[in-house]
Amino acid sequence: MLDVGRHPNINLMAYSEVEKVEGSAGCFKVRVRRKARYVDEDKCTGCGACREKCPTDVLDLYNEGHSTRKAIYSWFAQGIPSTHTIDPDHCRVLQGKKCGICQKKCEAGAIDFEQKDTIVDLEIGAIIAANGYTIFDPGKIAEYRYNDLPNVVTAVEFERFLSASGPTHGHIDRPSDIAVRMKIEELAKEENKLLKMLARFEEKHGKKTAEFYKTYTPGETDPEMVQWASRYEEYLPVKNRLLELQKKAETFTTAKRLAFIQCVGSRDLRYYPFCSSYCCMHSIKEAIIAHEHENATTSVIFGMDIRAVGKGFDEYKVRGGNKSNISYRRSRVAEIINGPNDNPVLVYEDTQKQIVKREEFDLVILATACAPAQGMKELSKILDIEINRFGFFKTSPENPLDTTREGIFVCGCAHSPMDIPESVAQASSAASRAVQTVTVTPEKLLKIS
Amino acid sequence: MKKKSGENTEQLRVGVFICDCGSNIAGHLDCKSVTEYASTLPGVVYAKENLYTCSESGIGEIQNAIKENKLNRVVVASCSPRTHHPLFASSCAQAGMNPYLFEMVNIRDQCSWVHMGKRDIATAKAMDLVRMGVAKSTTLEPQSEIESSLVRKILVIGGGIAGLSAAEALAGMGLEVILVEKEEKFGGLMLDLNLLDSGASAEQQVFELAAKVMTTSGITALTASKVTQITGYIGNFQVAIATPGGKIDAKVGCIVVASGAIPLIQEGLFGHNGKNVITQMELEKRLKDGSFKAGRVVMIQCVGARNQTREYCSRICCATAVKNSMIIKRKYPLAGVHVLYRDMQMYGDVKEQMLWDARGMGIQFDVYDPKRPPVVSDGKVVFHHAVLGETKEFPCDLVVLSTPLVARPDAPEVAALMRIPSDKNGFFLEAHAKLRPLDFAADGIFVCGSARYPVTSIEARTQGMGVASRIGAILFKDKLVKSSIVAEIDAETCVGCMGCLNVCPYDAISFNRQTNVCEVKEILCKGCGNCASTCPSHSAILRGYKPEQLLAQIRAI
Repeated sequence: MLDVGRHPNINLMAYSEVEKVEGSAGCFKVRVRRKARYVDEDKCTGCGACREKCPTDVLDLYNEGHSTRKAIYSWFAQGIPSTHTIDPDHCRVLQGKKCGICQKKCEAGAIDFEQKDTIVDLEIGAIIAANGYTIFDPGKIAEYRYNDLPNVVTAVEFERFLSASGPTHGHIDRPSDIAVRMKIEELAKEENKLLKMLARFEEKHGKKTAEFYKTYTPGETDPEMVQWASRYEEYLPVKNRLLELQKKAETFTTAKRLAFIQCVGSRDLRYYPFCSSYCCMHSIKEAIIAHEHENATTSVIFGMDIRAVGKGFDEYKVRGGNKSNISYRRSRVAEIINGPNDNPVLVYEDTQKQIVKREEFDLVILATACAPAQGMKELSKILDIEINRFGFFKTSPENPLDTTREGIFVCGCAHSPMDIPESVAQASSAASRAVQTVTVTPEKLLKIS
Repeated sequence: MKKKSGENTEQLRVGVFICDCGSNIAGHLDCKSVTEYASTLPGVVYAKENLYTCSESGIGEIQNAIKENKLNRVVVASCSPRTHHPLFASSCAQAGMNPYLFEMVNIRDQCSWVHMGKRDIATAKAMDLVRMGVAKSTTLEPQSEIESSLVRKILVIGGGIAGLSAAEALAGMGLEVILVEKEEKFGGLMLDLNLLDSGASAEQQVFELAAKVMTTSGITALTASKVTQITGYIGNFQVAIATPGGKIDAKVGCIVVASGAIPLIQEGLFGHNGKNVITQMELEKRLKDGSFKAGRVVMIQCVGARNQTREYCSRICCATAVKNSMIIKRKYPLAGVHVLYRDMQMYGDVKEQMLWDARGMGIQFDVYDPKRPPVVSDGKVVFHHAVLGETKEFPCDLVVLSTPLVARPDAPEVAALMRIPSDKNGFFLEAHAKLRPLDFAADGIFVCGSARYPVTSIEARTQGMGVASRIGAILFKDKLVKSSIVAEIDAETCVGCMGCLNVCPYDAISFNRQTNVCEVKEILCKGCGNCASTCPSHSAILRGYKPEQLLAQIRAI
């Protein structure tokens, strides 16, 4: 990314969208909308002083909503360009309220609340669509209860949990436990507030609250005493709930029994019939890393086939089984139900014994499908290219990078689901097709004349 | 290499710039004291604190200071050299200072960020780091970039679908190509295949491509020819090719290895006899020439693959089995076709759809247990069903074994020509499994198709076209320019032990038999320093990191 950002021949237009494409191969006219960042890219040095002081917390979608970011943010730490952006939906100033702290904090003078979208018209020889994919929403599969069970997460959420810079700093804390810890924090704050109030009464009347309450009778008429008592009555359940949760939290450990469910949304006629290609390896990789973090971790990968198709992949799969406590179970999980302690319980068939089994895990990871990117249809209209039966851009086996319009090429998961090395190789091929479009060769000259 | 001129007469004038990085550095250590301290260091004539040294104003200050204070060394203490060294060094060059006299100190990632909340300690450490940087800078020597010419011609080894696609794309980009095929005809494995997944004739498709390549101007297409020798390096390889018409010598700038792979045929494996127990490749031939005849076919996957001796999955055989099953079933709807598999590797959209369609056509798929593989005997296949846990038996009159593609027996010869690495399965080893799948670690040499790892014809074609742009990025430039931070070997002190030769990962060192010393090919050297740290006589050094330069830094601690 850094190399691309620094390359003299690459004009990187992040936070921008293509709106119109006219012309033909070799001489396209492309209109690009550069969305207002409310931050001057040339002035911003990416120092992050604005972010530190911004008072508005927003769910951080880079961390799949498991942490918060500020209304002025950079998508992730190493992002290129390193400039920040103001989220207009949440920024106080852009929502018409008072704030402007970031502007005061920015020593580079880069904040510009008046910034508007700009339109750029470009003359382009060839176009490559590399607009990627969307992660399938597993909430659509009712039997997996993704929206209800806290300890059922997607593979990408789990990726963030495993990351040292992620919401749990690389520890595999369970979402249900994180929620309890957050609740404890919240209750502790409330308790503190109530204790302060009670302390004021105690100071005024020179009596401990507990002593006062022993002698307090409900018929009391002194409003001050009634208030003291009611505060105490408010305090008691908070304290008890807090003690209860704290006790519960003492037993929390990181997730050690992991289950991975493959083909969530893929190879499923209800959603996407295709195989998403990379998820088997992704699950194996996540299971191996989880085991590296914590040697007591065991993982079960539930799948129809384990498609370790790629150089060194099958070897990696076998190694995961031998050295990283991974077992591979050939089964399509029928249902996930909630077990004790928020442990998800998988219901599946042991085909060999021909019985239905229930197995409890600490955390379940769903290997979600590689769905066609959002906005695929709109983009196909703008580019005037066709979409295939699976929802990806249409190509032919003879010319696997060429879309249905000359001079427009496709690579990566906009072409079909694929893994990193495939995408990289395809990207190089798309580049060579693009160069061929703009290169004049004797054969082309012959054709014209 | 250029020696520092006027070493004794030149007076050192070091300028030090301390970056606050907003609050990233200044928030955790006292940049003002560090700047004041820097100005007291020997050789330092100018020290300045910047809010952001990398901002336009910061760069401007460096450039002005170089001119006004006649600085001949610049030290910036800020963030990571990985991200900012090129910017600062080139800015110094713009102001007239040799960019190799620039030194960078990381007081953010390696100081303020790791000692947050310990202001005194962080400040003291920053001072130490700056002192070390300044000490090193005083020993730096000016260098000039290494330049080399480029021959805009490419040698492609192998005329299968990958090599043909590479040649087509390279010529389409306006580059000259020499395409060398060992066999009499272009086309490789595709010539032996029947139909492709799409239903098109494999031979026809590759034939059309070969015809196009042979008539494209700029492509010298050689069949029945063999590359016999390759010397030189990126931009300037000398190659010798033996052709039926005699030996050809040529100069090329880059090389593409597209030498392919071959299907495993092993007599006796699962009862293979070439008659009623055959491989998928043999089935392709029978389907193609019309000699296929069978009513009950059993196909067995992963024969000779994914086992102790050959651990890898050959990627393409499941799709081949499904494709051929469907061809049989389409032609002979009453034929029974059973596929015994371990995992159906029908990755992606089109292949998985084929699997759905094949099931719909009545082709049966059953999982076998690899611990108890199918046993082929006369007229039947017995296997243990891994899902049902039962032993099953299928009568059949033809058994088709899906064997893997394996490395060509002559692959080591090709590897030896360029000294390129192979993996334990004999396939060529790319520079980076994920991010550089088409490159070799050695500059100017690329790989595509099944020579790297088994691929489908579409993937081979994609990769062939892919190497073309990798090469274009090199050969479209006027010349090769690279950093001067490379190794050099002192011919006077080198004893010719060749220790460096063995640790050089880029093949940049060679042994000169006339002078009995080792020599560095600067254009190939990547400046890793392995040789410098290995050399027992301290003859190998890395420019910019010479012992005296590093010692100056260490002594300043």
